[in-house]
Amino acid sequence: MPKLTVDGIEVEVPAGATVLQACEAAGAEVPRFCYHERLSIAGNCRMCLVEMEKSPKPVASCAMPAGDGMVIRTNTPAVKKAREGVMEFLLINHPLDCPICDQGGECDLQDQSVAYGAGQSRFLENKRAVEEKYMGPLIKTVMTRCIHCTRCIRFSKEIAGVPELGALGRGEHMEVTTYLEQTLHSEVSGNVIDLCPVGALTSRPYAFTARSWELKKTETIDVMDAVGGNIRVDARGNEVMRILPRVNEAVNEEWISDKTRFVYDGLKRRRLDRPYVRKAGKLTEATWAEAFDAIAKKLKGMAGDKTAAIAGDLQDVESVYALRLLMDSLGSPHRDCRQDGAKLDVTTRAGYLFNSGIAGIDEADACLLIGVNPRHEATSINLRLRARSRRGGFAIANVGPALDLTYKVDELGNDPKLLSAIASGAHPFAEVLKKAAKPMLIVGQGALARADGAGVLAAAREIADKLGLIKDGWNGFNVLHTAAARVGALDVGFVPQKGGRDVAGILDGAKSGAIEAVFLLGADEINSDPLKDAFVVYLGTHGDEGVRHADVILPAAAYTEKPGTYVNTEGRVQRGLKAVFAPGDAREDWTILRALSDALGKTLPFDNLNELRAKLCSEVPHLAVIDEKPAAPWGKFGTAGALEPTPFALAVSDYYRTNPICRASCILATVKDAMSGDKTEATGTHG
Amino acid sequence: MSVHVIATGESFAFTPENEAWAKTQLAKYPSERKASAVMPLLTRAQEQRGGWLTKEAIEYVADYLAMPYIRVLEVASFYTMYNLKPVGRHVIEVCTTTPCWLRGSDEIVKACKKTLGIGLGETTPDGEFTLLEVECAGACVNAPVAVHNGAYYEDLTADSATKIIEALKRGEAPKPGPQIDRQTSAPVGGPTTLKATTGGNA
Repeated sequence: MPKLTVDGIEVEVPAGATVLQACEAAGAEVPRFCYHERLSIAGNCRMCLVEMEKSPKPVASCAMPAGDGMVIRTNTPAVKKAREGVMEFLLINHPLDCPICDQGGECDLQDQSVAYGAGQSRFLENKRAVEEKYMGPLIKTVMTRCIHCTRCIRFSKEIAGVPELGALGRGEHMEVTTYLEQTLHSEVSGNVIDLCPVGALTSRPYAFTARSWELKKTETIDVMDAVGGNIRVDARGNEVMRILPRVNEAVNEEWISDKTRFVYDGLKRRRLDRPYVRKAGKLTEATWAEAFDAIAKKLKGMAGDKTAAIAGDLQDVESVYALRLLMDSLGSPHRDCRQDGAKLDVTTRAGYLFNSGIAGIDEADACLLIGVNPRHEATSINLRLRARSRRGGFAIANVGPALDLTYKVDELGNDPKLLSAIASGAHPFAEVLKKAAKPMLIVGQGALARADGAGVLAAAREIADKLGLIKDGWNGFNVLHTAAARVGALDVGFVPQKGGRDVAGILDGAKSGAIEAVFLLGADEINSDPLKDAFVVYLGTHGDEGVRHADVILPAAAYTEKPGTYVNTEGRVQRGLKAVFAPGDAREDWTILRALSDALGKTLPFDNLNELRAKLCSEVPHLAVIDEKPAAPWGKFGTAGALEPTPFALAVSDYYRTNPICRASCILATVKDAMSGDKTEATGTHG
Repeated sequence: MSVHVIATGESFAFTPENEAWAKTQLAKYPSERKASAVMPLLTRAQEQRGGWLTKEAIEYVADYLAMPYIRVLEVASFYTMYNLKPVGRHVIEVCTTTPCWLRGSDEIVKACKKTLGIGLGETTPDGEFTLLEVECAGACVNAPVAVHNGAYYEDLTADSATKIIEALKRGEAPKPGPQIDRQTSAPVGGPTTLKATTGGNA
């Protein structure tokens, strides 16, 4: 633990810390461009120069290890002069185009030049100009602005694991580009936009649409996957202009996937903005009163167990809970939130959580993947796994389809029978798990959403029990969900009650006539054909699968348009805030359900969100604990069953089209095309 | 510099001799550090390819060393001795760094340009000659110098440079080394010291 003095303040920093980190610990601000906490140290921008006693020259603090007894000064005239010199060189070739630069207003170079820039340039020659590079449909490049900090290169190599970015040429001719100007083949490529300290890499879809200072920033939670990434939604007026990550060390660190970042145009397309009622086979616009009337008329006198409800993947806990109460009051046991048919067991909460926690991956030393592709099902978790894998001493094996996860995985094969072999100790990987101090397994929804899903879950549990995945202070049994709403819906008991039907049962019932009315709460991941003859009420945001056979459509709010609680795959409860209003007549989900319950004469016992939440938290107390990883006690769950020899299929087959919002997004559609290699040449008439 | 690596459509693979030689290069490094051999392998690939590297050659070397393509392209574009565009059969590199420049490299460049009818960095239309300007060739004691396909021509004058190129054009092989009366880098006009033994040290 070296002790050093920074500007007269003595600080103690952990061994291996740099002088820059010591300066921050002492409260001294050090300007920097190339240094980034989560990337390797490059030391090439030279902006972080500080004075060090006994050193004849200023030192780059980011690359200098903190040593015992060092005396550092960050606020002397010599330091200022040195940084001004660096800044002058950086600005020699940097264009003065801040007024038309999308980074303007949130640019490190702009900010730091206020402190260290000269009033005018002494450089009389021409500035260099660099050709734009093509990096795909998401990243707009203005390479003349590049200051060669190499953050993007280090990100793609170290964090994303797609070493496609590089610096070609040398000296003044150095240029950052992808290999042969191909699309950056990563689902986290958008993060280089945040990393770029200047306007060289900016968001292509966001280009020239807004200035950063005119945006209203709302901190909320992402619903594209079950990780619950922390995001900031930037809106102008009532339009979401962009989505950025927020730092949450325990969840997404500071990265988000491209799907999370660029899905926002899907919030503006194919939206349901007014109620519809089917009249004579045709959906016609209606008022809220007409829509509620139609439902009340239909449900009047209908037996409770003729009704059923399916909750979708993007729902907040509040709306699922409100619908559950409504179904309770209608007397219906038929309800389910597992649209994919995953055989999750809700008897013990630990049985459907990512128990080790996302941050727990950092401590784990062995991992078994079961029918899961974390790269597509939970991008942030895959980044953690990759980071852990890079540190070494992490044995990771896969039972399921062979995958490119950006790190080395021991492919054991795609045979469910391997699970029994591992559990019995016959397979060599059993020994690896047994010997590990903190072993974990991750079972995916693809492995559970099959006929023998319960058996797979039980086999995974057996592995966890027998091979020491559950021990004091460590639970390595992890279920990776793909739906943001899933854990919350399971928590509030949105599963078939006694004698109730699951999703497949509800669809069968609707076909046979046993079920006459079905509520779809944003449920779009089912094949709605069996619902053709049933009375279907669709409450949701987009004109997607769920509305095809809907008889009444109730337009609801998307995740950016309502305050909501979401429980992520590790059981962490997080609350999102409302960034914009829902379009047209659309309303927040729980208010629709409250109004509907009134129309049905079964008024729900709350009048505002606080009352709803109070009731919810009194019934499910752990939902009141915000942003903490729960320690769910291990208990009994799972029913052993025979495993079919059919190979595992993955839960996410089409990464950019997993929910109604991303299916409505044009941006994500272009990414999908670019990723699959059909690079379309932009012409004059292109967008 | 905008780097355009050229795809020729011809596949590239080391000849058996080069393959054997590449193995000796790999043997110098631990197996997980075989990327260290990237520069000699690129050089050999360039020689085999006839003086310049194609996309296929770069990717071959990258695959050979299990490196990402961009890493190899970074190396190939960083060092000026790798050519990423077609060059002629005769590559003439004129040094213009300070010592050569002080000794009249400007005249040499002018003479080469005039004789070949091309500018620096260009190739003659018949694809025979490429004229390049290089940084210090490391033969300052014999400045000014130019290099033809690896052979050093030293102590040049505009006249001797022209003669060498004319000879190359005729298909002759002019003698490399100092173009004036001088033995390697010994003093011009013969030894100036230690001309006789004194016998005192016997």
